[in-house]
Amino acid sequence: MKRTLFRQRALAYLLIAPQLAVTAIFFLWPTGQAIVQSFQQEDAFGLHTSWVGLANYRALFSDPTYIQALGVTVVFTVAVTLSALVVALLLALAVDRLVRSATVYTTLLVWPYAVAPAVVGVLWWFLFNPTIGPLPYVLEQMGYQWDHSLHGTDAMILVVIAAAWPQVSYNFLFFVAGLQSIPASMREAAAIDGAGPAKRFFTITLPLLSPTTFFLAVVNLVYAMFNTFPVIHATTQGGPAGATDILVFKVYQDGFVALNLGSSAAQSVVLLVIVIALTAIQFGWMERRVQY
Amino acid sequence: MAAITLEGVGKTYAGGVDALPSIDLNIADGEFVVLVGPSGCGKSTLLRMIAGLESVTRGTIRIGERVVNTVEPAERDIAMVFQNYALYPHMTVRQNLAYGLKNRKMAKDEIARRVDEAAKILEIGPYLDRKPKALSGGQRQRVAMGRAIVREPAAFLFDEPLSNLDAKLRVQMRGEIKQLQARLGTTSIYVTHDQLEAMTLAHRLVVLNAGRIEQVGTPLEVYRKPASTFVAAFIGSPAMSLLTAEAAGGVARLGDATLALPADVTAIGEVVLGLRPEDLTPVPAGTEGAIPMTVSYIEELGAQRLIHGQTAGQGIVCAVPSDVEVGASLAVLPSSGALHVFDAKSGRRVN
Repeated sequence: MKRTLFRQRALAYLLIAPQLAVTAIFFLWPTGQAIVQSFQQEDAFGLHTSWVGLANYRALFSDPTYIQALGVTVVFTVAVTLSALVVALLLALAVDRLVRSATVYTTLLVWPYAVAPAVVGVLWWFLFNPTIGPLPYVLEQMGYQWDHSLHGTDAMILVVIAAAWPQVSYNFLFFVAGLQSIPASMREAAAIDGAGPAKRFFTITLPLLSPTTFFLAVVNLVYAMFNTFPVIHATTQGGPAGATDILVFKVYQDGFVALNLGSSAAQSVVLLVIVIALTAIQFGWMERRVQY
Repeated sequence: MAAITLEGVGKTYAGGVDALPSIDLNIADGEFVVLVGPSGCGKSTLLRMIAGLESVTRGTIRIGERVVNTVEPAERDIAMVFQNYALYPHMTVRQNLAYGLKNRKMAKDEIARRVDEAAKILEIGPYLDRKPKALSGGQRQRVAMGRAIVREPAAFLFDEPLSNLDAKLRVQMRGEIKQLQARLGTTSIYVTHDQLEAMTLAHRLVVLNAGRIEQVGTPLEVYRKPASTFVAAFIGSPAMSLLTAEAAGGVARLGDATLALPADVTAIGEVVLGLRPEDLTPVPAGTEGAIPMTVSYIEELGAQRLIHGQTAGQGIVCAVPSDVEVGASLAVLPSSGALHVFDAKSGRRVN
């Protein structure tokens, strides 16, 4: 750690002031506001606010649509994280075998990460559009009637693909770097030790990649839970019948569309608790299982 | 245990780079052969071809009676010790040793027996349950060798295994490798760029230069009769001085000095004379056959001192006992039979 000593304290505070201001205005203030509001109820015209204690929370956990959203979020988050990790690892393994063309593929595979999330949503929405999209046409030839505005499963698959796609690029870059940092002699030693390609992958490569995988798992989980709002908003808007209604989307839907500010604030606080718990679990429990 | 035979073995990389034109070499069962040469001479490539980690462009490699050109590394019955040890960092020492045996579906108690035996031989018993990260360089080196010996292979391949160790440890491990090989009697091929390591370990030395074998022989043969100026300069420390001289009528003229050539040398014209520093003795100026030299600088080695100097505009080194006083110039006399003579054009030995 490099430490710089400042003679004048004022200068030190001045230098960190911008960051502190951003944190205070965009994080601390809204968080405090949400916590306060989660214990309040407002009338329809916003003229009168009253304290209601834990009523918002009680209503939330007895609301079947909220319970459903919890379940949907779990399925969505796990599906996005797993598919983004697995696809990225397969691509990285393929590129790692190449010598000369590796940089070309790497460059191409990184592009999706640069596409704006809302555009990603629209793109996949178009590709899977039952009326004008090419993919439902292909699926129909194979005997499957795709319609994500009617079938909950179709809708879930669509949002998972749309949300995982840009994340694959991100994971891919890290996996390629991770694979390149494994000395070739390690795999050669394993080959001489009689391990075939599959065995080498599972007993040498995968364990040696575990720090990368762990880091990406954390990043992907957080992404899928909290940063996928634009994708849902641009494709299914939580439908059909709440089949893709993840918690973050529901906060927006209940607060800014239905204007139930008390419930929306309570949901935000629940999300805050989930983030804190996730972080604690990931760094406390999973890190112990990471090799070397 | 097995003999290893290389017949016309060559390697050309994609893009036409000819790393090894053609190598012929017979390694007897139980022999310790050291491939030595400067970086880029192809010694590691050759070792990796024997291991099966590099494809063979031409020729045949036999381990025992079997041609192994296209056999998988795992099926060649060899074990390799890598320069960076290549220990699996996520496994304990015990798991590292057992990995190759487990992959071959060996019975559990047999694995345990072999691991314990290897641990005893290499004195790594106390570290069996540690991970490689928690070991020192020397201990890691032992584990890497342990991983090779538990397999009880037909041959050991060493790829510069000591170059990551500090000087003192290197000397110690060198001795241990030599003893271990003598004890196990397993055919071994050892690659190094360190001529001292090569000299001390080998039953037979193979000196490689630019993908070609310059000389094969026991360390003493190579030291006493280097086949070319390359070998002469490469083997031996301090290095042999090589001086260009004019040969005519059984003598060579080197500046003002006249040296008698060995009887079997018939060359006339330009030749290269090789003189080992330890074969030169200071004598009074004007002694017949002595080479006058001006002193550039002196290196103190403790047991002896090395006098670096010039004669007839060429560099020459002389080793003298550390109690000999040296002035600004002196004359040195080569001991009889110590003169190495090489052809000036081809660099090959002519006596």
